[in-house]
Amino acid sequence: MSSTVPPTEAVILEEQGEASVRSSPAVKFALTKIGGALISLAMVILLGFFAFKILPGDPVAKLAREHPMSPEQIAQLRAQLGLDKPLWQQFGDYLVNVFTLNFGESYVYKQSVASLIGDYFWNTILLTGTSAVIAIALGLWLGQKAGWRPGSRFDKVTSGTSLVWWSVPTFWLALILLMVFGGTLHWFPTGGMVSPNSPDDALGKVLDVIWHMVLPVTTMVAVVYAQYVMVMRASVMEEKSADYLVTARAKGLRDDDLRTRHAVPNALLPTVTLVFLHIGGLVAGAVTVETVFSWPGLGKLTYQAIQGPDLPLLQGTFVVFSAIIIFTNLVADFVYRRLDPRVRRG
Amino acid sequence: MSGPIETTVRSPRSMAWARRRHAFGAFCREFSRSRSGMVGLGFLVVIVVLALLAPVIAPAWMLDLTKLLDQPRFAPPSLDHPLGTDDQGRELWVRMIWGARVSLLVGFAATAVSMIIGTVVGIAAGHFTGWTGGLLMRIIDFFLVLPSLILAIVLSVVLSRGVWTIVIAIGLTSWAGTARVVRAQTLSVESRDYIERARVLGAGHWHIIVKHLLPAVLPLVLANTTLTVGSAIIAESTLSFLGLGDATLQSWGSVLKNSMDVSAATAGYWWYVLVPGIAIVLVVLAFTLVGRAVETIVNPTLRSR
Repeated sequence: MSSTVPPTEAVILEEQGEASVRSSPAVKFALTKIGGALISLAMVILLGFFAFKILPGDPVAKLAREHPMSPEQIAQLRAQLGLDKPLWQQFGDYLVNVFTLNFGESYVYKQSVASLIGDYFWNTILLTGTSAVIAIALGLWLGQKAGWRPGSRFDKVTSGTSLVWWSVPTFWLALILLMVFGGTLHWFPTGGMVSPNSPDDALGKVLDVIWHMVLPVTTMVAVVYAQYVMVMRASVMEEKSADYLVTARAKGLRDDDLRTRHAVPNALLPTVTLVFLHIGGLVAGAVTVETVFSWPGLGKLTYQAIQGPDLPLLQGTFVVFSAIIIFTNLVADFVYRRLDPRVRRG
Repeated sequence: MSGPIETTVRSPRSMAWARRRHAFGAFCREFSRSRSGMVGLGFLVVIVVLALLAPVIAPAWMLDLTKLLDQPRFAPPSLDHPLGTDDQGRELWVRMIWGARVSLLVGFAATAVSMIIGTVVGIAAGHFTGWTGGLLMRIIDFFLVLPSLILAIVLSVVLSRGVWTIVIAIGLTSWAGTARVVRAQTLSVESRDYIERARVLGAGHWHIIVKHLLPAVLPLVLANTTLTVGSAIIAESTLSFLGLGDATLQSWGSVLKNSMDVSAATAGYWWYVLVPGIAIVLVVLAFTLVGRAVETIVNPTLRSR
């Protein structure tokens, strides 16, 4: 649910406009994009400091309210947490910690946040990556078919279902799937990533993980693909009325060729940026999906950090989630450049 | 409506109002022709009325645990318990009606926050050229990309728990999409001749923004608003589900959280999971239908749909 409204043509048109402005030689392009990503990262880090060090107020005062402490204990705790230093010095410490990936120790797990995130990171990438690939493929395919014949039965069914999925909260769909296929039918496991009695051979292990992935991945795909359908549908509809398609049709090309060889490649261009933009929504979905299915990933860590509340852990997952998204957007910029020769040549 | 021959001299203000009334009338007529839009609107009116009348239909004692000791727990839906009861014997339909109040309130309030920030930042980013606009654009892009749910989680954790924290958390993290659309529209309006004329006549920033840009972007903002309310309601339920809501208040998300706390999904209490979820889906769907109908009217490029 990163961008909160279904994207409209206005956004797509603007993306196109922006893209044609981004015309510069390869090196300059790469430098601007990487520079932009670094600025975004710096903003995340600033935001993190603001959210975790300034907004919550004095954590020691809060603790003292909950557990009675003597003034000496309070002073000692403040010194231990570095709260007795002036703000700029605290910011300096914070920067050093972020760059050395030292987010402190988790209250809940009693181990360093960095190692926790290291343990759970790839599980989340596996889950969201698989979901993203399936959702993008499915969404783009349905979207281009629906947009090619707007108003047709196929379009009505596709757009209608997409709208319904759009309105479904991710966690609720997860609960429903868990209830039907996990709790009632027992087709799939109700949680976790591996069975307690997981098979010993490599193939068996892989199949076991896939078996555990079915329900969470289905949930995430169902909630996210609708956005891709809408974007692609709008983009194909836009492309449909272009003059070159009239020419191609006049030449006598078959309708399917027209769509797959001419319209779709062009319609893909504005879609790519938006597709990557929505990765943020997918990552956010990971929080609730992993919570419901107890998938050992960053989302579940975030959930446990909320219950604490475990601020060091939450800060760690916040920075890592944001970094993942900034990185995918950087990739998107380069993919876009590869796809669109106009941007490349300038 | 003014006739073809108008003899009395009217002030610009009254003319503007007459024009707006006319435009609003045309908008309403157009909207009433959209069947899905009307269905969505009708459903929303019913829900809002139910939510407002909650204390009359279902007095507050029906949620008081101390008065419900002889109520059956986990009773499936039946004639006595239309939507079933929860783990503490509360009727689910009562919780739904009371929950509608919080869910709708948060939805509308968060949307208002989000729309105000989005419109202000969007117009400023489009109107002011140079580094101000560039910086604002950078900030918009940043918030557009950032996972808003994660940021909203962070804000609700570090601020004190409560409904208004949720409103602020959702509002502060969901304005970027609106800002972007508003900026695009501002840029296209800025390039038109009448703005140039106003500028030549000596109009300042404030005049141009309030008299020319704002009226031009408001229809788009309106369409965005209805769509955003839906996602704000989903965001509220997600935050409540994660345990960030006000535990003393009923909301659809907190009902779902309670259902997960007692493992309703795997224990077979299907109504406990289905009822609040369907409520959310229907309301969000209604907002989306209304929003799309409005969007089709105010955005002429979508007319062909």
